[in-house]
This record gives sequence, structure tokens and C-alpha cells, in this order.
Amino acid sequence: MKAKSLAVRRLKERLYVTGFLAGIGLALAVLAILLGSILQSAWPRLTPALVLNYANSTNPETAGYAAAIVGTLWVVGLTLLFSLPLGIAAGVYLEEYAPKGPITRILQAGVTNLAGVPSVVFGLLGLALFVRVLGLGPVVLAGSLTLTMLVFPYVVITTQEAVRAVPASIRDASLALGSTKWQSIRRQVLPASAPGLLTAAILAAARAMGETAPLLVIGALFIQTFLPYGPDSPFVALPVQIYAYTSLPVGTWGGVAAGGMVILLAMLFSFNVVAIIARNRLQRQRW
Amino acid sequence: MLDSFEGNPEMARARRVLSTLEPQWVWAPGERLVKGALFLAAAFAVIVTFAIFLALAVDALEFFQRVSPIDFYLGTRWTPDIEGLYGVLPLVVGTLLIAGGAALIGLPLGLSAAIYLREYAPASVREVVKPVLEVLAGIPTIVYGLFALILVSPILQTTFGALFFNGANAIIVIGIMIIPMVSSLSEDALTAVPTDLRDGALALGATRFEATSRVVVPAGFSGIGSSFILAFSRAVGETMIVLIAAGQNTGIVLDIFRQMTTLSGWIAKRATGDVAVGETVYLAMFAVGFTLFAMALVLNLTSDHLRARFREVYE
Repeated sequence: MKAKSLAVRRLKERLYVTGFLAGIGLALAVLAILLGSILQSAWPRLTPALVLNYANSTNPETAGYAAAIVGTLWVVGLTLLFSLPLGIAAGVYLEEYAPKGPITRILQAGVTNLAGVPSVVFGLLGLALFVRVLGLGPVVLAGSLTLTMLVFPYVVITTQEAVRAVPASIRDASLALGSTKWQSIRRQVLPASAPGLLTAAILAAARAMGETAPLLVIGALFIQTFLPYGPDSPFVALPVQIYAYTSLPVGTWGGVAAGGMVILLAMLFSFNVVAIIARNRLQRQRW
Repeated sequence: MLDSFEGNPEMARARRVLSTLEPQWVWAPGERLVKGALFLAAAFAVIVTFAIFLALAVDALEFFQRVSPIDFYLGTRWTPDIEGLYGVLPLVVGTLLIAGGAALIGLPLGLSAAIYLREYAPASVREVVKPVLEVLAGIPTIVYGLFALILVSPILQTTFGALFFNGANAIIVIGIMIIPMVSSLSEDALTAVPTDLRDGALALGATRFEATSRVVVPAGFSGIGSSFILAFSRAVGETMIVLIAAGQNTGIVLDIFRQMTTLSGWIAKRATGDVAVGETVYLAMFAVGFTLFAMALVLNLTSDHLRARFREVYE
């Protein structure tokens, strides 16, 4: 092989590093532009009416997200209620109990593959199973059961990481003092992994809050002029409502849609902040 | 010999007392119950996967009794509401075109970001860039969709004479959307490559870039490949961006500056229209969903397989 001069190789090196930096800069710029452009087109619509009014498709000045905000809180709340216990239990089993073998491998592969199933497919399952076979109709409960299946793998994987991070010495000490396996998991391992479990909750809530396609497919409403009243109530979720507005002429309705995104991102953000504060509190109490 | 005292009332009492002291005796049935319940929870993912398969297969099979699978998979006209023709190829072509284009943008950028962050970046840069990538990963896709419409589309219209709704909108924005996923998974793969390999190359006089591009990246290839396939699978299944920004044209379109749609885009669009249970169009949603699910499953299993091989080598 003919040796290239060191100067050329150094130059090449510097060129690539510049390229990498430019790529990163581009990604940062895109994020800034993305948030900036959303905020810019939302600006004229950021009034109390946007939060307090019901949706309509005739006047962008008065159109709002009242039913959608409450609907999203219902759906996300129920989704967490179902998916957290289920996902944490599954994560604990896979980390603490599962014997090495083909069955465990299948269970674990099931989790990773479920995480890769397109979200619209969950919508079809929800439509067939909850809306049609169980006859729930397109209500809050059907929506949250559908999203439970969607966020389940994320809860499991995050739980596994959290449980794995608890040192073995904690388990051993607990067992040596005479507690059973489940006792030491419940009283030692789970409390010790609480910050990680909280991360699982944030992830699940963020996913559930932002998902649109499955709820569109099971048939969430577009324009609802009453607040959802319970698990058996018809509902519209925030991202679905935003989609409904984006399907109207963008010139006049783009601002309303962008305004909904500001609400959605603000909800995601405040949720994250609360969870991070709680996590820091919890972390201080560790061994 | 405890057994020789069977029947002795004193002994029976002593045993009862002992049993309250010995945790294994008290808890053993409960322990097994807990373990069983946790196992059931862990089986939930597999159960849901089967449920998806069943739900899609039942309606897809009924669909295939009305429309032959040959017409479905080889037909080039998808006009369910106009001519009643169900040739899925236009949707498949649209899906591959949009996901493939997005991969061309997202995979190199994602891998570059990973290489830079892992091999070059000083701690201060990492501390800024990693959270930003996490934020990008957490943005709901509907936000990306509107972004495509109000910002990307006008630029494409003036520079390339694109239509308002067009395939390139979706390609560019999905490409951006998958960057954080590729970068974080590829970075894991690069991190798992033993430092010895890197150091060996550097010790032989390679520049850092040479060590990275000829030693570290090839060594982490299956991990990186796994992240590429997963990201492609995500692009294949992406719905909202396509639905909002790519348009509804269900003909075979090869010009990315015109309207087109994908498998998932059509499902979501049709589901929001009028559709009665049992109609052929309703069943077609499930046949298309089944096709999409099968594509995603093959991609995910391939990615899993690659990652497992990677783990075997280095972890």
C-alpha cells in the first residue's frame, strides 16, 4: 500500500471533524427552527380562548382545545394506571425471576418487537378488539387500553434498566436477614429503583400524550362540545384535535394547530419537570 | 428424629410455633403466586403480539376471500372508493420511497452524530448535544408533520416547483425524526467496541478518523446495522407526518415532489372517513395493516438478530 503523506491524512481528519460538527450544528439548528416556527405561527392564537373554548371548524378566532385537553388527561391517566403496574411487574419478572432459557428469550423478544410495531397497527387492534368485539365503542377506555399496549414495552425496558442498576449487595443483605425473594424485591429493590421507575412513568406518559394515529383509527371525535365525563365517555385527544385543525386550510387554521402544539409541548414539558424534581428528591434517599 | 414424634400433641404444637417463625414456610405459597402473576405480566407482550396477528389475520383473510391475494399484492391500482380496485403496490412503492429517502438523510447524519459524540466530542459538547437529541426524540410526530407543512413545503415549492403536499416533505422530516434514534443506538454500539482495538490502531499510527472509520465502525457494524434497520422500520411505520404532509394520491408516484401516500398513511386516512364494519374497504384496512405489520416484524427481527450477534462478540 502506498503511504499517503501525513499532511493529507491530517487534512482529511480535520475535514471529517468539521463535517461531523456541521451535522450536529444542523440538527441543533433544525430543532431551534422547528420550535421557533411553531411558536411563530401559534403566537396570534395564544389566548385564554385557545384553552377554554370548545373546537369548531368555522371560526379560527374562537376555536379551542377545552375538550381535547381534558380528554388527553383522561386517556393518559388511565393508560398510566394500566400500563405502569403491568409493565413494572413484567420488568421485575424478567430481571429478578426469569430463568435463562428459551421461554425467557421469547418473552424478551416479544417486548422488543412490540416496541417496533407501527403505532397505526395498535389502532387497528384497538378498533377490532375494544371497539368492535368488546363493544366499548370509541370511548376513553378503548383509547387508553390501546395506548396501554403501545407503551407497555417502554415501561418494561425502563423498569429492567432501573432494577438492574440496584446493586446485588442490597438483595443479598435482605435475603441474608431472612426475607423471602418477593419481600426483598418489594421492600428493597423496588424502593431503591424508584427514580428509574419514575423515568418509566415519564416515558409512558410522554408517548401516550403524543400518539395520534392509534386514536384516529379507533375513531376519536374531531369536534366535541362537551367535556369527557368518564372512562365510558366519547373523547378527543389533543394530538387528534391538532390533526383535525391541520386538515383545514393551513393559511387560516395553521395558527390554531400550532397553538395546540404549544399546549401539547407545554404539558409534556411541565410533566417532565415535575418528574425530574421528584426523581431528584428520591435519589437523595438512596443507600 | 422428628418423624418418630408424629402424633405427639406437644410436637405438633411446637411445629406450629416454628412455622410462624420460618418465613419460607409462611410465604412459600404467596411467593409462588407472586411469581406466577409477574410471569403473566411478562407474557403480556407476547400475548399482544398474537392478538395483533389474530385481529389483523381474521379480517385480512375475509378480505382475501373477496379480493384475491394476487390482485392485492401485484395490482397497480389502489382505488377502493372509486373503481373498487385493491392493488396495494402503489402504497408499497410510496412506503419504500418515503422510508428509503428518509433513511438516506437520517442514517448518515445519525451515525455521524454518534461517531462525533463517541470519538471526538469534549464533555462540554456532549452535555449540550445529548439532551438536545433526547428532546428531538421526544417531540410528538404530529409536531413534525405541521413543521413539514408550514416550513419545509414552502421552501420545496419555490426551489423545486413541488406541490403543497408532496413526498419530499415527509422524506425530509422523517429523516430528521430518526436521527436521534440512530445516533443513540449507534453510539451504544460504538461504546461496546473494546478500547483495545481503538488504541491498537492509534498506536500503529492511524489518525483518529482512520482508527474510527477502518477499525471501530467495522467492529461495531452489526450494532450499527441493527440501529439502521430499526430506524428504517420506524420510518416505514410513520403515519402522522405522511398523513399531514405527503398528500393522498394512491397512484404509483415516483416524483417525490408530487403527492403520494404510504400503507400507514392510507389506513389512518381511511379510518377517519365513513366506513362500516364488514365493508370491503373496512377489511382492506386490515389487509394493508397486516402487510405493514409483516414488513415491520421482519425488519425488527433482523435488527434483533444483528444486535444479538453483536452482543455475543463484545459483551
